[in-house]
Amino acid sequence: MRYLPLCPAERAAMLETMGRRSIQELFEHIPEPLRLARPLNLPGPMSEPEIVEFFRRAARESSPDYVSFLGAGAYSHYRPVAVDSLLSRGEFFTAYTPYQAEIAQGTLQAMFEFQTLMAQLTGMDVANASLYDGSTAATEGILMALRILRGRRVLVASSVHPEYRQVLRTYLQHQGVDIQELPFNGAGQLELGKLESEVTRGPACLLAQSPNFFGVFEPMAEISACVHGARGLVVVAVAEPLSLALVRPPSGADIVCGEAQSFGVAVSYGGPFVGFLAAKEQYVRQMPGRIVGETRDTKGRRGFVLTLATREQHIRREKATSNICTNQSLCALAATIYLSLLGKRGLKALAQQNLAKAHYAARELAAVPGVSLAFSGRFFNEFTVRVPGRAEELLAALRKEEIIGGLPLKRFYTELSDHLLIAATETARRADMDRMVRIYRQVLSANSPSRRERGQAKPSSEAVAR
Amino acid sequence: MAKMLKPPSSARPHITRNEDLIFELSAPGKVGAELAPLDVPAASAAEELGAELVRGEIEGFPEVSELEVIRHFTRLSTWNYGVDTGLYPLGSCTMKYNPRVNEVVARLEGVATLHPYAPDELAQGCLRVLYETARCLAEITGMDAVSLQPAAGAQGELTGILMIRAHLADRGHPRKTILIPDSAHGTNPASVAISGYEVRNLKSNARGCLDLSELGRAMTEDVAGLMLTIPNTLGIFETDIRKIAELVHAKGGLLYMDGANMNALVGVAQPAAFGVDVMHLNLHKTFTTPHGGGGPGSGPVAVRKFLEPYLPSPLVAHGQDGRYFLDFDRAKSIGRVRSFCGNFGMAVRALAYILANGAEGLRQTTEDAVLNANYVRERLKDLFALPYDSPSLHECVFSDSRQAAKGVRTGDIAKRLIDYGFHPYTTSFPLIVPGAMMIEPTESASKAELDAFIEAMRSIVQEVEEDAELVLKAPHTTRVTRLDETAAARKPVLRWKP
Repeated sequence: MRYLPLCPAERAAMLETMGRRSIQELFEHIPEPLRLARPLNLPGPMSEPEIVEFFRRAARESSPDYVSFLGAGAYSHYRPVAVDSLLSRGEFFTAYTPYQAEIAQGTLQAMFEFQTLMAQLTGMDVANASLYDGSTAATEGILMALRILRGRRVLVASSVHPEYRQVLRTYLQHQGVDIQELPFNGAGQLELGKLESEVTRGPACLLAQSPNFFGVFEPMAEISACVHGARGLVVVAVAEPLSLALVRPPSGADIVCGEAQSFGVAVSYGGPFVGFLAAKEQYVRQMPGRIVGETRDTKGRRGFVLTLATREQHIRREKATSNICTNQSLCALAATIYLSLLGKRGLKALAQQNLAKAHYAARELAAVPGVSLAFSGRFFNEFTVRVPGRAEELLAALRKEEIIGGLPLKRFYTELSDHLLIAATETARRADMDRMVRIYRQVLSANSPSRRERGQAKPSSEAVAR
Repeated sequence: MAKMLKPPSSARPHITRNEDLIFELSAPGKVGAELAPLDVPAASAAEELGAELVRGEIEGFPEVSELEVIRHFTRLSTWNYGVDTGLYPLGSCTMKYNPRVNEVVARLEGVATLHPYAPDELAQGCLRVLYETARCLAEITGMDAVSLQPAAGAQGELTGILMIRAHLADRGHPRKTILIPDSAHGTNPASVAISGYEVRNLKSNARGCLDLSELGRAMTEDVAGLMLTIPNTLGIFETDIRKIAELVHAKGGLLYMDGANMNALVGVAQPAAFGVDVMHLNLHKTFTTPHGGGGPGSGPVAVRKFLEPYLPSPLVAHGQDGRYFLDFDRAKSIGRVRSFCGNFGMAVRALAYILANGAEGLRQTTEDAVLNANYVRERLKDLFALPYDSPSLHECVFSDSRQAAKGVRTGDIAKRLIDYGFHPYTTSFPLIVPGAMMIEPTESASKAELDAFIEAMRSIVQEVEEDAELVLKAPHTTRVTRLDETAAARKPVLRWKP
């Protein structure tokens, strides 16, 4: 076996040192009926070329040549080659959590830089060293807000990513917390009137997303004023943190969290990604997850260590701020490298390109008879179109041309059965967007679909109860 | 070492060891990446978003060239110690070799680029990878069904306990308490707390195992289950596991196994045979996905048939037509614990590892891991106290009690090991061993490397006798000496500021 460095003679010599006759003796204390008497039924062994071929086949069967306009929490961005080149250094990717600080300064300094970058982008005072992903970051953000408020009430905008809301419900189901979902309006934004009447019932932790799941910016100043007026706390998950290069950080937020996959992390069928969480300084001791702090060594030199560990499970056990143990260090490193490469000007220019691409696509699509923009709220690189009765048909026609045309929202919202969520980042080529628009024109200028075709649409099985 | 001449004030020796923060390297006008030309009309942010929403410059955001980024992070990387650097005997962490081919296949176009909301028909390759990985893990554990959604071991624990709760609630009452031995990892009680259960700690017996009479007293009909790490954090197999399972089951409770130490068992024993109902695995331990300096991990959950309905949604399924699909039709599921399909890229790497080995290679791997741990134990047992002398599997736990008499503790010996070129073992864990020194060499250590480690440990013991200060002030050869953790926590500086 090529990964194993012991040879048979060494194994024999080591057994002899221990006075053992065979390796089996080392397992004899496991009661015999519990030991496996047969080989495992597994594929392999495979040589390296066979493994590469196995996964090449999987890759070929995963539509590598399709053009995709999917976003919805996982965005396609160009990743400069320097990112993977640096991530591939074994000193980074084969290292453990930096508990032994003297030989982990590389990871620790990079995490300190990541924390700084996230704080700068979100306009917050401090950030942690990352969480699993956006869904768990949003959940940990709410759990943190509940600890600060000693609260039992959570308000969630239904314009928050449906899977984030699902994860939140999973985590809160046995916490004795009341969760209320708030509707969205014609702008695709949280219905302020409903929020106002909810907060009159007492302080609550609010989870909103901006830009939200529909790509629309929420009116954060009004939302925050409303929640703070009732002594509540505002947690904002950012759907696409690239937007923060162009727009002001969410106004009035107490905790800003989200998914940083856009910053140099591959889409990779949904993971691994990297959640972030940033907050005002006064809340730092309620933060979940790992945090890196600056300190000095015995000779007065600057160095970095994991700090505020008394919040964490390995010390506090069942009283910890969270059960989270790992962060997503390598993905956070990818984000740090990516943001360093793009830099102040590059990131802004990139955000401007995203804005331009999405607004071009939205304008061109909305000009097709039978298509309208579903929401009037402002958007960044993602938007929702409404195509009454034709969503399935359009997606099928696009797929024939090797285009994945967006996400049908009826998967999550039964009332949005005519709606497609479309993302256009800098990777969307004009030629492909024009091709998509042509297909829309062709399909929609033909007769409306037959009853049979419309009836074929599968019922939504994942729609969130609202 | 020859003394260096004092350099002029502006020069710094060893520039690669004195790399500043990326923000301090920044200068206006530099950029490390350029964009392709925009092929659509430019959009005005003020017009499209409203002037009040548009942000000015982000103060302090870095501006550096590509070369500076490469040098910066390359220099940082050289301050790290990885499995690639040398022996990493960090107990309970299973720091084994991360095969390079895993990294290559996880980055293939298609594998690395498919969107999680791509229709199932266009995602057959990725779905097959998930399905096959789950099937292999089911075979390795002997369990009936596997979810790959949990993003890490701790999330796997939470998932498993939530499933126990959902099942017991279906049977009429979720009950109140989960039992956890005092040797368990801290994530166990923390995960239980989120599941709405109380934790009751169980004392270990003189053999380092669960005390059966203590379990007998604690196991009532208020107890939802027992959470047990097998082999435990002392590297000891719970030889009474069948009796333990019977005791728990007789009172209507369920048995959860923390599979963090599965590297001791793959191909040798299947947890299903122990009477385990639900367990998690750590792909970043046993299955070679890289630790990455603290993640990403992956914590798949494996269950027996009766718990399958409660697994997180969706589950990857294989239809009669031969197609793979995501099954969302799961009425009894505990819900989602993470977005999309979990850390897919970690499943890719784990499957590549399983394929490379096959059954025979995996068993040989387990045997080598256990052989290495026992060899270290044999050759160090005359130097260090061994608080529990039950047979070891993949790791052994000594205590610093003999050295502590000289004022040298486990943490000091660990720091001194760094000067010999090794990563330290795990210190101060498990909590039931005062001054614990937890050594897990894994199968990825050659005999020569192990012998060098053993000699280093012997040499340090001698230093403790002759010059304890040398050990107490270690490490001496690293870029920084011991760092003041107390100061870091007292007045936290958590970010750079201009």
